[in-house]
Amino acid sequence: MVNRECGVFFSTYAADMRLFPLPLTRWTMVGIAGLGFVVFPLVASDYFLNIANLVCIAAVGAIGLNLLVGYTGQISVGHGAFIAAGAYAGALVVTRAGLPFWIALPFGGLMAAVVGAFFGIPSLRIKGLYLAIATLAAQFIIEWLIIHIEWISGGAESTVTVPKAAIGPWVLDTLLEQYFLNLIVLSLAIVFAMNLVRSPIGRAFIAIRDRDVAAEVIGVNLFRYKLLAFAVSSFYAGVTGILYALYLGAANYEQFDIATSIDFLAMIIIGGLGSILGSVFGAFFITVLPMALRVAVDGAVTAALFLFPAANISHVVQSMTAVKLILFGGLIIVFLIVEPEGLNKLWRNIKDYFRVWPYSY
Amino acid sequence: MNDRTRGRAGGGCMTDQADGRPFLKVEGVSKSFGGVRALSEIELEVNRGEIRAIIGPNGAGKTTLINLISRVYPPDRGRITFAGRDITRVPTHRIASVGIGRTFQNVALFRGMTVLDNLMLGRHPLMRPGIFSSGIYWGLAQKKEVEHRARVEWIIDFLEITHIRKTLVAALPLGLQKRVELGRALAGEPTLLLLDEPMAGMNVEEKEDMVRFIFDINEELDKTIVLIEHDMGVVMDISQRVSALDFGVKIAEGTPDEVRANPAVIEAYLGTAAQQASR
Repeated sequence: MVNRECGVFFSTYAADMRLFPLPLTRWTMVGIAGLGFVVFPLVASDYFLNIANLVCIAAVGAIGLNLLVGYTGQISVGHGAFIAAGAYAGALVVTRAGLPFWIALPFGGLMAAVVGAFFGIPSLRIKGLYLAIATLAAQFIIEWLIIHIEWISGGAESTVTVPKAAIGPWVLDTLLEQYFLNLIVLSLAIVFAMNLVRSPIGRAFIAIRDRDVAAEVIGVNLFRYKLLAFAVSSFYAGVTGILYALYLGAANYEQFDIATSIDFLAMIIIGGLGSILGSVFGAFFITVLPMALRVAVDGAVTAALFLFPAANISHVVQSMTAVKLILFGGLIIVFLIVEPEGLNKLWRNIKDYFRVWPYSY
Repeated sequence: MNDRTRGRAGGGCMTDQADGRPFLKVEGVSKSFGGVRALSEIELEVNRGEIRAIIGPNGAGKTTLINLISRVYPPDRGRITFAGRDITRVPTHRIASVGIGRTFQNVALFRGMTVLDNLMLGRHPLMRPGIFSSGIYWGLAQKKEVEHRARVEWIIDFLEITHIRKTLVAALPLGLQKRVELGRALAGEPTLLLLDEPMAGMNVEEKEDMVRFIFDINEELDKTIVLIEHDMGVVMDISQRVSALDFGVKIAEGTPDEVRANPAVIEAYLGTAAQQASR
């Protein structure tokens, strides 16, 4: 629908190299932005605003991880830890130094970038599964540091309470206000990432993924660009961490454990590696699916109780948590079998179908 | 191809030797992998503007030599100088800015990118991208991208690949992939081109095209070319001088006719090929 090139001609390279070269695509983007910024906030209840907030926050981190894994071809299983690094750095800046959140956001991102670049150093020597294990170490080392250094964790609970974001006297404490904050940050993150991947830096990332030896001979400094990929990716992770801390009102290491790292990897794999849009799809999928399953399963139980009030199904009700997890895993497998290249590929297929519609022969 | 190209090659362009120093000089270079002696005490001098062929049977060390010159790995011993500069210890990613471009035996294009992006990446050594200007893009980065794009488009025109510029390279046939790889090497504006079997796996027509491009690059763009090739007909036609390797040792060097007549070469390698050529 949004990429019908027919009849569109360019007379300058600049026009050909625009982010969205086709007028139709640009109008579609304006429409999507309108939906997100105007229509959705007007109609959505708090329940859906909460979901939207969580999706926005997760999407930022997923885009960052995709820059590293999908574009540069370096694996990180320590992303939960980089998120934690950003969350704690941002939280401490807000609580100890009393700085506003809009300073804490880039600061936490930068701290995470430094940490990420440091733990990315092994990528200069090792690839693939070996690198995965090396970054897994980051997960445990950072978690340990946060728990055991009281200056960071602030005591036994390892929780730093964060006040709500505020611009001057205006405190963003409703879900709606936080939704706008998160959506704006997500929009900036998307635009920055899309620009980055079409720039010389993005091309260098992809070159490293596709053929690292050839890339080096051509003039790509592997050392610099691999670390840059880790730094940019971790910056995104750090921003995600602070957004979580601001939204949930606290930074706690338990939110950012190994399961978080796996969740984010699942997001980009299901969304589509090497795709910004896919990262957003994946963040949506992984965030919403458990909630949808909960609604569906709880609904089924309620219905069963209503239909068979006499039946003793308490043991069934107890096992419903496991059923949700099984369904969650099963659906992911089904999705990957149906479309191994992720949700973004599904979206591309739809676009390609309509590209020459209705004369698609 | 034969008569025409031979005439051009014979009348060649060994012009620019004013200072008498070779453009590329390899001195006493050796390389071993584990216990295998891939190259021993190799000497090679290539003049500016020359088309030099390196021949030899499989495993003779030809690709190793190219890899050493392009700094994929360092030599165990010896010295490599290029344009009066010692490049033996230059970091690999700097070799393109030194002025050496290359192609690979088994096409090493970036498969997930379009032809255009592959060539744009070839210009990477000429770019100085900053993280913020890249992420913000509009303004400075865009202006530079457009400038680089104009240069890349010239090469796309030159190599007659305009129709595939937005195609993913993974979708192209081998002949075109080799041509795109040549374009990517050219995009970095090298003065020396190392071509590792530029015609492997091509049909006659594609080979003729490639020979024509190599001549044009040599004469019009004034590039010095070192190429490895197995097709003896092509080697004899296009190169001014030929160096023959066998088991990591240089066994002969000279004009194509001299090398073809050299008994050591005939014994090592050309025995069958020379008969084929005369057939």
